[in-house]
Amino acid sequence: MRNKRIAFLGAFLALALICSYVESLIPFYFGIPGVKLGLANIVVVIMLYTAGAKEAVCISTLRILLSGFLFGNMFSILYSLAGGLLSFFVMYAVKRTKKFGIIPISVCGGISHNIGQLSVAVLVVENYRIYSYLPVLLFAGILTGFLIGVAAQEVIFRIHKTM
Amino acid sequence: MKKRFGKRDFILIAVLLAAAFVIWLLISRTKFAKGASAVVTVDGDVYGTYPLSQNQEIPIMKDEKRTNILVIKNGKADITEADCPDRLCVHQKPISMTNETIVCLPNKVVVSIEGSTESGIDSIAK
Ligand SMILES: [Zn+2]
Repeated sequence: MRNKRIAFLGAFLALALICSYVESLIPFYFGIPGVKLGLANIVVVIMLYTAGAKEAVCISTLRILLSGFLFGNMFSILYSLAGGLLSFFVMYAVKRTKKFGIIPISVCGGISHNIGQLSVAVLVVENYRIYSYLPVLLFAGILTGFLIGVAAQEVIFRIHKTM
Repeated sequence: MKKRFGKRDFILIAVLLAAAFVIWLLISRTKFAKGASAVVTVDGDVYGTYPLSQNQEIPIMKDEKRTNILVIKNGKADITEADCPDRLCVHQKPISMTNETIVCLPNKVVVSIEGSTESGIDSIAK
């Protein structure tokens, strides 16, 4: 059982890394260098419902550090950590209310992911003006969060069926 | 787990969308106005303010090293050269509207557009 669990977590980490890699290839640009869509959030959403919160935050942090060393730099690690951790805690908090489904939780995650990244950018350049990117990032977070939520929900239902 | 997308889920997403829309409206009210000058900040400090009406080339120096080149041409500000590894600031489009920015994260350089003179004074004071 323990081994099975470790294999399971390893597979999640691999999946999350692939998401980061795919994301590093997409020439998606929000106006602020380094701001990412947050595709790897799909793994966090799935894990929240199948593996548990502790596991989700562990794999998410590991993924950020590894992908930062592999495909990014110091800044991308900072951004991703802020975005990843903030979105994890927001999703965890919303999930604990037990009032909402997977899709809106993922949307909350998408939004907070981008707010986290933007906050780091503001701190790094010490210029509040780049908050003017907030609306774009909010809409982008809602859209990616929604799509990730739809996809994650399908995966979660299938995992629950086989378990 | 039963329902895939309930009424409550719909309401939450609608509220978030509405909030994003309101923020967009609030911020865009100050945007979409032709700017008067380009303000360069390095490490959060104002490096210089340059009128958009005057074509010029401004090297941005940091620790005796030229980090970025700002070019003002035909009322638009653009970073045309940079020594940062990602060069994302160079790829950003020229800007000319108030509140638009070009960010060079590695060098901590931000170019932003200020509005007409009266608003320009109080925004520098902030
Ligand atoms: Zn740059």
